[in-house]
Amino acid sequence: MLLSQARPLIGCCPLCAFAGVGKSSLVHLLCQNQVLGNPSWTVGCSVDVRIHDYKEGTPEEKTYYIELWDVGGSVGSATSVKSTRAVFYNLLNGIILVHDLTNKKSSQNLYRWSLEALNRDVAPTGVLVTNGDYDREQFADNQIPLLVIGTKLDQIPETKRNEVLTRTAFLAEDFNAEEINLDCTNPRYLAAGSSNAVKLSRFFDKVIEKRYFLRDGNQIPGFTERKRFGGGTLKSLHYD
Amino acid sequence: MSFLIDSSIMVTSQVLFFGFGWLFFMRQLFKDYEVRQYVVQVIFSVTFAFSCTMFELIIFEILGVLNSSSRYFHWKLNLCVILLILVFMVPFYIGYFVVSNIRLLHRQKLLFACVLWLTFMYFFWKLGDPFPILSPKHGILSIEQLISRVGVIGVTLMALLSGFGAVNCPYTYMSYFLRNVTDADILALERRLLQTMDMIVSKKKRIAVAHRTMFQRGEVHNKPTGFWGMIKSVTTSVAGSENLSLIQQEVDALEELSRQLFLETADLHATKERIEYSKTFQGKYFNFLGYFFSIYCVWKIFMATINIVFDRVGKTDPVTRGIEITVNYLGIQFDVKFWSQHISFILVGIIIVTSIRGLLITLTKFFYAISSSKSSNVIVLLLAQIMGMYFVSSVLLIRMSMPLEYRTIITEVLGELQFNFYHRWFDVIFLVSALSSILFLYLAHKQAPEKHMAL
Repeated sequence: MLLSQARPLIGCCPLCAFAGVGKSSLVHLLCQNQVLGNPSWTVGCSVDVRIHDYKEGTPEEKTYYIELWDVGGSVGSATSVKSTRAVFYNLLNGIILVHDLTNKKSSQNLYRWSLEALNRDVAPTGVLVTNGDYDREQFADNQIPLLVIGTKLDQIPETKRNEVLTRTAFLAEDFNAEEINLDCTNPRYLAAGSSNAVKLSRFFDKVIEKRYFLRDGNQIPGFTERKRFGGGTLKSLHYD
Repeated sequence: MSFLIDSSIMVTSQVLFFGFGWLFFMRQLFKDYEVRQYVVQVIFSVTFAFSCTMFELIIFEILGVLNSSSRYFHWKLNLCVILLILVFMVPFYIGYFVVSNIRLLHRQKLLFACVLWLTFMYFFWKLGDPFPILSPKHGILSIEQLISRVGVIGVTLMALLSGFGAVNCPYTYMSYFLRNVTDADILALERRLLQTMDMIVSKKKRIAVAHRTMFQRGEVHNKPTGFWGMIKSVTTSVAGSENLSLIQQEVDALEELSRQLFLETADLHATKERIEYSKTFQGKYFNFLGYFFSIYCVWKIFMATINIVFDRVGKTDPVTRGIEITVNYLGIQFDVKFWSQHISFILVGIIIVTSIRGLLITLTKFFYAISSSKSSNVIVLLLAQIMGMYFVSSVLLIRMSMPLEYRTIITEVLGELQFNFYHRWFDVIFLVSALSSILFLYLAHKQAPEKHMAL
């Protein structure tokens, strides 16, 4: 019953964040529902797959694979690393921006990350012509769903929690995105039925909608040129 | 009265250096991190300030600024403070921050930090045994004991960095060594990388579906744990989990491959950028410099070998020797005293400035490469320790480049160290470091084109 309904992937979300923020733990938590025991430095990009029920609980429920691409590194990396990373931004349907709640500077870097991921197609030579300034206009007509996740919530003392949470709320508003704050070492933050879990599945639903149902009006310029990767991923992959 | 004026000048300059160190820390080192422990920033800036003051005192010595007795006093004071910081404070704080990172030992932080510090002191002391650095007439707790050991570590560091830098500099500057990289190569490698990622994704999908089926069927997927679990898993095996572990192994292998491909692609991109840079005017200038530096590097290696083989110890410094040559052989007459002072000032000044700048740049690169938000404090303190030791031993070695009349103060202040030993040690380590860097770069250079061809 599950197998016949499983649709092939698409729903490819890169996670963009600064190094040491906890993306690998987050991905592990999202995909395996388990805490990552020994996180280590991510070189390049690692992928994990999550099975998501689109429109759960309604008669139109379908099951999809969501690929979470965890792109390692920092925004200040050498241009060579940035050009290599640009390869992974090809088929993105959604972006998850991860920042460290205990480190203010990681959230300030998120603007540069989103510019890097979104502007990829503007200059196909791989040279980003931006001065890193935040421009709201660019995000106003952005069609790609964004989600902002703050990690290491447990390491913030109770007294400071309020101001940190208000700051991150402004951040998420700037991006026109939902936000989730959690601690990757504790699965109860994403327990079924909690508000975080609801936000997460709403985000994934939006990603799937953008990919499957609104394709015609929504193509990222240059999308059809990159079909060489599109071909591989659109094969229907039924499990036996 | 003049002592007070001199002291106030020294204090002002120390405050200036402290401010510079503070700015450097905030703007360069910690620009991506939040400073939560101000102790670390203070220690770093203080170490930097006192190290720079030592260099300043050398310059004052050459130029004859300030009263000679107040200079001597400040030398002694400076040295004591720096040794105090390098041997007592910084190692203790390193131990403290290392311990606070480990969650288990949170309660007894101070105790374990002291234990770590005592271990450090033990090894630090033992360091002095195999080296003939002291005459036995010195007591146990004298400045000479501490300085000699700090000097050994610092000189080793200097020689290592210097050896590697001497070889690496022409290698990076000259375009002769640049491999030929075309756009097609990069595209081919990127395609391979994405294909590998696709394979990983498809395998992970199978694993995810299998997990979900088992979960829905009510089986809890648990790996056999414990002794009896292992015995059980030998006889009865769940068919699904066997398949899964096989797929998981394939995924691990593919992930390793994808990491390698990513690094290679980044390498190719970097080479392509360098090729484009070398075609610009700046690139051509650096290329020319590279030829010059390679000759310098070969000469230095040659001199180091000669020094070791013939057990030669240079008695005269380059300034006096240069003046001797010009006066005796070339017959040009000029005021020796006046010129020797100015030339040694310029020479020593250049050496100091380039070594400070070079060290700070190397430290920054190193810091960016290995730090993470957890270990940033420990790493900065380690860098402060390295910086302090480096600067102290530069003072030791710079003595060689100064004419005799300026050397006396360093000899007086640092006590009776066997300076010749340090120079010999520097030559040995420099030679070892330069030769192994040549070997290392040769191997790295050879390997890359072959991997390239195998695409």
